Order: sequence, then structure tokens, then C-alpha cells
Amino acid sequence: MDWQPSASLETIRERARIYQKIRAFFAARDYLEVDTPILSIATNTDANIASIGASNLGQSLYLQTSPEFAMKRLLAADSGSIYQICHAFREGEQGIRHRPEFTLLEWYRPGFDYQQLMDEVEALIDCLSGQKNNFQRVRYCDLLVHQTGVDVTSIALPQLRTRCASLLPGTDTQALDFNQCLDLLIALVAAPAMQGYLFVYDYPLSQAALARASKSNPGVAERFELFHDGLELANGFSELTDAKIQRERFEADNRQREANALPRYPIDNFLLAALEYGLPECAGIALGLDRLLMVLLNLDSIDEVMTFSD
Amino acid sequence: MASYSTSEFRSGLKILIDGDPCTIIENEFVKPGKGQAFNRVKIRNLKTGRVLDKTFKSGETVEAADVVDISMQYLYSDGEFWHFMVPDTYEQHAADASAVGESHLWLKGQDMSEITLYNGSPIAVTPPNFVELEIIDTDPGLKGDTAQGGTKPATLETGAVVKLPLFLEIGEIVKVDTRSGEYMSRVKK
Repeated sequence: MDWQPSASLETIRERARIYQKIRAFFAARDYLEVDTPILSIATNTDANIASIGASNLGQSLYLQTSPEFAMKRLLAADSGSIYQICHAFREGEQGIRHRPEFTLLEWYRPGFDYQQLMDEVEALIDCLSGQKNNFQRVRYCDLLVHQTGVDVTSIALPQLRTRCASLLPGTDTQALDFNQCLDLLIALVAAPAMQGYLFVYDYPLSQAALARASKSNPGVAERFELFHDGLELANGFSELTDAKIQRERFEADNRQREANALPRYPIDNFLLAALEYGLPECAGIALGLDRLLMVLLNLDSIDEVMTFSD
Repeated sequence: MASYSTSEFRSGLKILIDGDPCTIIENEFVKPGKGQAFNRVKIRNLKTGRVLDKTFKSGETVEAADVVDISMQYLYSDGEFWHFMVPDTYEQHAADASAVGESHLWLKGQDMSEITLYNGSPIAVTPPNFVELEIIDTDPGLKGDTAQGGTKPATLETGAVVKLPLFLEIGEIVKVDTRSGEYMSRVKK
């Protein structure tokens, strides 16, 4: 039996040092470290994220895909700025950059918007890497035009499919909807061409997830992602605080799930009640800690930073 | 018909693509955190040998190809077919020229080869990586020239023509790498 750790002891020690630095960074900025349950009776309805189920005394439960809902309930309860280091679980995600169980650093800051949060991400990564890094920022639609020639604001689905097929021969693009075509272009054309740290921001509203719509720029959501050499590291928002819109998005997710022949998931009514009570305007982000370790330690496979990957 | 989900993809898996049997060489799971997951795979068409890239939506299923590789002993050629036998069962298979391809240059009676069967019929023949063959024609050897560079063409017993060092003579046995067609060493009888 190969019982040994999949990460080297030096990597395991480096993870511990990084955690200490993260805690010092957030303590200095008046963040409260919190701990929320991993098991929940409701889960993330996103059609592209599958939850891993569990059960207790006959009751169906889910392992969290991120601590987002519980942390927003804390924010509504006036916690102030909070962060958490925790494990998250997503069924079927396995590969050189994916594990079904992985580590997230997630934090929320009342009063911030997504642009201010990007500044804070830069400060954190500079702190953890012990050097000043170069960060670029590009709007989602500009990135797509530049890398793929696709203008996401005007292209129709048939033309988008044709463009995908010519950029990625061997893909049955007729089976892809509009957002799936965009995901294909980002993941397989744009990301492989990225160099260094790059924020992609102002995602199309159809990919808003839990971000609020931009007030100044119709058609986009105040959402960003951070990449390093094309490796996706983090996803952040100016958070959606409107309970009614949040419920509509959950229900739209479940309709999409049914259209994709996936099970409907129970909606988190605790979160909706907290939003109705009042979530402060805030920005929040989930950062994949295993992947950040891969970048900081210059390792190619996520298994090399997981303590065990059996 | 059996099928595989993308989650079962791994290198070496045999699948049907556009009606042709193919083998997966590489499989990469690619997924934006909040987006559609894809499997980016590199496959080899087992009939043509061509390598191509394919992208599948994760969760899709692909038909399995009934393909097996079996180690068989080469018996003889009748001019049209090359005949092989499974040693344990004495089961015989006849491979045609398109299945054998260039491999016929390395087939010597009794030697073992990998035969790829698709729906029970040979579609590819892979000779051993190294074979030992007798020289049947080459220019006379140059005595004493064992260290210098320089090569000469030689015909081996299977008809393969390879470049050999100058000192080798007709009747000697040489070891050849079948993947590159290069001479490796002289074999002492």
C-alpha cells in the first residue's frame, strides 16, 4: 500500500507557513476568522456544480461546495469583515488541476466593491509570495475579442458555435448553448494564452452567479476571476444583496438543472431569510488555496500540494 | 452496445469516433469554476494511425470500441495475408496488408507481435521493439574497421534495408530497433 503523503514534507510545512501569513494578513485588517458547518440541508443550485451528498438518520445532506451561504448569514448578523479557510467538495472534479475535495480561502468585506477587493487580493498575494507582483486587469468582453475575435455583446448563438468549431476542431459545438460556448472559449482558448497574474472582470450577466448587476454598465455583472498563467485561482463579486433577485436566480438555476437532466437541489431558505433581513453591501471572494500553493511553489499538479490524494 | 462516460476516460481506453476505433492517448479535465466542464482528449485512430484532438462535454457518453491487443506468434505469409497464432489456444488470425502496413519488414517466423483485433479482426500489427535478423546482402566488410564511423546499406532476411557499420558481413545476426529502423548491436551466434 502506498500510504505515504502525496505532498512532500517541505510542501506540507510551506502550507502551514502560508496559513500563518494568511491569518496575520487578515488579523491586521480587522477580519474575524470564522468556522461554519460543512454539512447542510440545502446546497448550491449552480447547474455546473454538483454537490456530494451525505445522510444522517435518513435526512439528505450536502457537503458544502463553498462556505458562501453560511458566511453571508453571518454578515447579515452584523459580523463585520470575515474570512475562513475550509474544505469544499464538488462531485466529479478530478484532474491535474482539480480534486473533488479542495481547500478554499473565502472572505467578505462590507463596504467594499469588487474593484477594491481586487486591490486587496493583490496585497494578499504580494504578502504571501514575499515580493511585489505584476497584476493585469482585463474586461471579460475585451479578453474574448482579443483572444477569440468573439464580441460577446453582439454575437448570435449560430455564429458563436461556428467560431468555437473553427478555433477548436473536434468539438461538437451544436450540443453547446451560449454560456457553454463561452466557457469553452475561456477555458481552452483564452486561458492557455494568459501569462502572469490576470484579473478578468465584468462577466456577462448570464454568468453573474451571485454577483450584483453593474449599475453603470448594463449587461455585465460585478464579478471577477483571478488567473495565473491561465490557472484559475479565485472568483469574486460585489455581492448580490437583493433577496428577490437571489430567489429568482436559484429558481432559474434549478430550471437549467432540469433542462440538463440534473436533479433539482433544495434552495437555501436560511440565506434568503438573511438577505430579506438585510445583507450589508459587500464584496466577497473564494480563492483556491491548493492552486495558489501550486503557483507559489511552482508545482504543476494539485496532487503535489494535497497532503493525501488517494 | 457498451459505452463510456467521460468520467471513465483514461489513456488506453478504446472508443468509437465517427465509426472508427480509436484509442485515448491523453485525457484532460478542464472546467471553469462556475462553468461547463469539458474533457479535452488526444486520440489515435487505430485504422489510420492519425492523432487528433477532441473536446467532449463532461458527462457525455461515447460508444466503446471492441478492441483488444493480443500477443501472437507470426507463422507465415501467403502473399496476400500474414498469418498469426495465439500460442495458448492455437487460434489463428490472418492480417491483410492494410493491417500489417510497414510492420511486415520486421516479421520473422516464431517471433511474437502485438495484434490489435477490432470486432475480432486484425487492424494493426505491432512488431517487438527489438528484433534479431540475419544479414542476407551487403558489401564485403572492411577488416579492422570496428571503431570508425561510416555505414553501408544491408538487406536483412525479412527484406528490411538498414544502415550497418562497415565491419559486418553477410550471414551475421544484428539487433535492430523496429520503431526507428536503426541498428543496435551485433548478436553473437
